[in-house]
Amino acid sequence: MNIVDIENVSKEYAQHRALDDVSIAIPKGCIFGLLGPNGAGKTSLIRIVNQITGPDSGQIRFDGALLNNSHIARIGYLPEERGLYRKMKVGEQLLYLAQLKGLSQRQAMEKLKIWFEKFDIKNWWDKAVSDLSKGMQQKVQFVSTVLHEPDLIILDEPFSGFDPINANLIRDEILELRQKGSTIIFSTHRMETVEELCDNIALIHKSRKVLDGPQALIKEQFKTNTYYVEHRERLGEIVPSIEVKKETALADGFWRTDIHLKTGQTSNDLIRELITQVEIRSFGENIPTMSEIFMRAVNEVPEA
Amino acid sequence: MRNIFLVLRREYLVRVKKKSFLVMTLLAPLLFAGFYAAVIWIAVGSVDSKTVQVVDESNLFSNEFKNTESLEFEHLPIGIDSAKILFPQSKANALVYIPKDVIKQPKGVRIYAAKNVSMDLKSGIEKTIEKQIENIKLEQAGITHKVLEDSRVNVNSETISLSEEGEKTSSSTAATAIGMFCGFLIYLSVLIYGTQVMRGITEEKTSRIVEVIISSVRPYQLMMGKIIGVALVGLTQFSLWIILSTIITNLASGIMTSRIAGISKVAGISEEEAVQATQANAVTDMLGAFNSLNLPLIVGCFLFFFIGGYLLYSALFGAVGAAVDNDADTQQFMVPITMPIIFSFVFAQFVIRDPDGPLAFWTSMIPFTSPIIMMVRIPFGVPVWELLLSMGLLIIGFAGTIWVASRIYRVGILMYGKKVSYKELAKWIFYK
Repeated sequence: MNIVDIENVSKEYAQHRALDDVSIAIPKGCIFGLLGPNGAGKTSLIRIVNQITGPDSGQIRFDGALLNNSHIARIGYLPEERGLYRKMKVGEQLLYLAQLKGLSQRQAMEKLKIWFEKFDIKNWWDKAVSDLSKGMQQKVQFVSTVLHEPDLIILDEPFSGFDPINANLIRDEILELRQKGSTIIFSTHRMETVEELCDNIALIHKSRKVLDGPQALIKEQFKTNTYYVEHRERLGEIVPSIEVKKETALADGFWRTDIHLKTGQTSNDLIRELITQVEIRSFGENIPTMSEIFMRAVNEVPEA
Repeated sequence: MRNIFLVLRREYLVRVKKKSFLVMTLLAPLLFAGFYAAVIWIAVGSVDSKTVQVVDESNLFSNEFKNTESLEFEHLPIGIDSAKILFPQSKANALVYIPKDVIKQPKGVRIYAAKNVSMDLKSGIEKTIEKQIENIKLEQAGITHKVLEDSRVNVNSETISLSEEGEKTSSSTAATAIGMFCGFLIYLSVLIYGTQVMRGITEEKTSRIVEVIISSVRPYQLMMGKIIGVALVGLTQFSLWIILSTIITNLASGIMTSRIAGISKVAGISEEEAVQATQANAVTDMLGAFNSLNLPLIVGCFLFFFIGGYLLYSALFGAVGAAVDNDADTQQFMVPITMPIIFSFVFAQFVIRDPDGPLAFWTSMIPFTSPIIMMVRIPFGVPVWELLLSMGLLIIGFAGTIWVASRIYRVGILMYGKKVSYKELAKWIFYK
């Protein structure tokens, strides 16, 4: 079951086409990475899901139903450009934002108490936002995004502006929110985060979706059937059955060789061959990182 | 509706809780009252009394210098030379010397004083002497005091408006005052509160909170909430001003009455007479004139035209706020919006002289000028059909500007780092 189905969505602005026939399915309960270079159309897509703008064509389903006003309260959105009313007090501001998301004043108060305790920020209630540091403001804004316990949380670069300690805190919160059943859409350029957190991803480039699916599957798909071996002496070209992709001298005198398996060859066959040649220190399959996949996917797209 | 309410409540509370709101609300009526008090104070005269010594060699003025609350005259039976010597020791503020042949040579009059003499004192003394000389000369020419009195006529005309209800005393002065006052108030408040709407929107845009907000409420709701919230701030301020001014004016007029009574005692007229003379004539006449104006109609229309004009302009101000990135960039778009407001106020000066002329008619129909011009005209009486037509056009007018503004707003609030041209704004209006 999908929480969001984006179906053939196109969006055009005066000068350019922001989204071109994009279809993405976001399964319930996952952490979904929405990736793409700057200006690819991620923000346009996020804004459409948030109903800030509408698509020119195509449609969005939320939990099976066509996207409508009733869904606003079920979505929490943390835009990349953070912002709060600077002169308003933290408590008042969070109450206001929560009420805009449909909570009653009482409900909002109760939930805020829990979060203020959790983040240990009880003494911030009466402070003006402008008196807080940037990191503190980020925390406040994060609370405002998730306070109404939305089914779908959209986070645009959620870790920017946080120190490692707070970034960890937020990461744990995100994982806990998923545990509780929320779906999280992540838009980020940090591939380590994607690697670590995302179950599924979609990659948008030049207004089109170029890649999507579970991260594990995508990695499988991008595997090049290469293995790496670290060994003492340099591998000679004596073995015709081995296709060497790359040789690198390591700092400690060892060598690292990337080897492409030939058709019909298994990793065991390769080890058997190698064992007779060199002293092996380590051996493993080259699994592409998200960063590599990103680069490859983006570069493979022909210029529009 | 809930969202509009939430937004407007925030907009209202944030502004009303500001210190500057409190200060403005309390200070404005005080300043107003203070200004009036100062004017009255000066008119009535200062409290500390001054002594003026008079050396009258002509013996013509022994009864002419009348003591008032602030001036006390002292006739010295000595010559001017000894008076001059004694003057520094006496506590007198001035010494007036009237020579023997003052009738023939009026320029011989001298006023001596330690410091400069106030214009008031100087002209008062001069007038008294002039008048006495004039009387003496007229009498010498054979004209009696009686003839003189009769020749002085005080014309004080009353304008009476003829209508189906019969004759009714009206006062074009009162109508002018009320009309100009209402027009000015609308002019000022549309500018002040319109700019507040614009500032509020730019603030949301520059602080980037707008994206969060419009993921919860429709841009239209956010804009309307803001416009209505600020309107309520304006209405609150007006009501407080009216209440406070009434209290202060009542207090002040109490003090004024007692002062008038005090003066009349010194002047030797009975208190009642004095109060009648000054108050009855001026104040009750004025009040009567105001009462002859249809006050409920004026107040009702004021509210309507204030709200209508405010909605019309604040929507446009709001669109400007949404179209630019910061306050500094608002200038280029402000001009075409403030122009009609300023023009209406300029037109008002002509309309007030000819409240039924073609300029008055047309400018009170066009929604951009009607809020101010119609308010100027109403105290003079406006045919019902004209009033209704003007109101209807104003409603269409603000519905139109709100529509246009919400289209620009919707696109503008998410547009950053771009100097927008008019052409672009026009495009935004027709975006899907």
